[in-house]
Amino acid sequence: MEALLSNVDWPEIGIASWDTLVMVGMSLLFSVLAGLPIGVLLFLTSKRQLLEQPLAYGVLSFVVNVLRSVPFIILLIVMIPFTVMLIGTSLGVAGAIPPLVAGGAPFFARLVETSLREVDRGIIEATQAMGANVRQIIFGALLPEALPGIIAGITVTAITLVSYAAMSGVIGGGGLGDLAIRFGYQRFQTDVMVITVALLVIFVQVLQMAGDRLVLYFSRK
Amino acid sequence: MIVFDQVQKSYQVDGRAIPALHPTDMTIENGEVFGIVGHSGAGKSTLVRLINLLEPPTGGEILIDDENITRYSAAELRAFRRKVGMIFQHFNLLSSKTVSDNIAFPMKLAGIYSKTEIRDRVQELLDRVGLADHATKYPSQLSGGQKQRVGIARALACRPTILLCDEATSALDPQTTQSVLRLLSEINKELGLTIVLITHEMDVVRRVCDRVAVMDGGRVVEMGPVSEVFLHPKHPTTRDFVFESESIDSQEMQEDLQKANGRILRLTFKGESTYQPLLGSVARASGVDFSILSGRIDHIKDTPYGQLTLSLIGGDLEAAMTALEAADVHVEVLR
Repeated sequence: MEALLSNVDWPEIGIASWDTLVMVGMSLLFSVLAGLPIGVLLFLTSKRQLLEQPLAYGVLSFVVNVLRSVPFIILLIVMIPFTVMLIGTSLGVAGAIPPLVAGGAPFFARLVETSLREVDRGIIEATQAMGANVRQIIFGALLPEALPGIIAGITVTAITLVSYAAMSGVIGGGGLGDLAIRFGYQRFQTDVMVITVALLVIFVQVLQMAGDRLVLYFSRK
Repeated sequence: MIVFDQVQKSYQVDGRAIPALHPTDMTIENGEVFGIVGHSGAGKSTLVRLINLLEPPTGGEILIDDENITRYSAAELRAFRRKVGMIFQHFNLLSSKTVSDNIAFPMKLAGIYSKTEIRDRVQELLDRVGLADHATKYPSQLSGGQKQRVGIARALACRPTILLCDEATSALDPQTTQSVLRLLSEINKELGLTIVLITHEMDVVRRVCDRVAVMDGGRVVEMGPVSEVFLHPKHPTTRDFVFESESIDSQEMQEDLQKANGRILRLTFKGESTYQPLLGSVARASGVDFSILSGRIDHIKDTPYGQLTLSLIGGDLEAAMTALEAADVHVEVLR
């Protein structure tokens, strides 16, 4: 056993795991904070919705599509000057978060838009008929009704961010991905690679299970 | 009072205006149950949504208690909508809220009720619609009839003066339909609420409505007291609806009439005359022999009525008809 994992530096693995947790956690938080309002706006300004606004929808949708169509590995590089401007460095855990949010937020925004579309139009109509204003319709009816879908969206985004975070190792982002690339790939230490992959798989499994449980808990249908 | 003055609605489809409601005049009195019947696509959904401006009209004016609601500002409109309850075919309850929270929802939106006021009102309404035991359940745990009761309680929460019912019983089985209609009737009597009800079933109109408008192709083709429209339909669409609700096949009926001998009359009894043993005594006095071709005795809202189609042979037909008319029976000569 000892010989089999001779290259594995466990304290290093511990630090890398923590770094990955922080990167995913922070970028998920900001992705949700930015993506949720964008998703709501996308929904409201789209055709036949409360604030139908073809121009606003077109612009917003275009920006989201651009961010989503750039492969993340390219986005990481393109974002470097912006990241340096924003937080002073493009390296390490902190340097990875802005590109992760730039990749995660538009992804999540689309998922929010989709789950809002799943809300029965009749519920919006009924709420309108009660004399609700747009703000009340969003917070009183739309978001509560779409909550299970939004939670499922957060889960999918979190898992996507795990893989994005691993990718950020390529430009010196830190975390398990960084470890896998520096030791597993560049130094041919297969044991390190296996351990990091195993940890990532466990991480994703835990996220998915937790997400599914929350969706179930909030589903009243 | 709800007054429609040349109200019309059209939709823009590919740059062309498609009329959903042709210019319509209509008056709905306070406290009455007004039915709007029509096939799907006849414009009745549009018409009911014009009353709370979920659909703004493209022409004409809508006056409610002498106020022109088409000129309301957004804030005035929201305040007005609180005074107009609405229930729906598919109930449109919030699946994320409990029964209690669904009923409390419009009161919370209004923002003018205290917590205790809301709690007391919800309890009162739960008792009123018979769902006190289901307060903490979610809509998915309820049957269709129970869901519609929640819908009714929710619509009544802010003490509206008008209740709009959009095909409120169309998704329910006949028995549940009965009980929901009974509830609506009770509410109408107890609270003096004006109810506007749209449906594609003449039977619903017959059971609860005072007056009815029949719609076809975006127009009101016939309007009047239910007994008048139901017993003496004039427009072909109305006739179809009445026949449909009585399961009469008009073709079969024609064939039956052809086989009968003598004169054919349709007698319509209404109110007390329904229970009088009139036919026998008239036949004896006038020496007319009769056979019954078809007939039914039922209720229009609370008024009993009977309608008989008879073939009459021999005797003094004129005297028989005079005697029947003298007894308040409407006589129609079919042949």
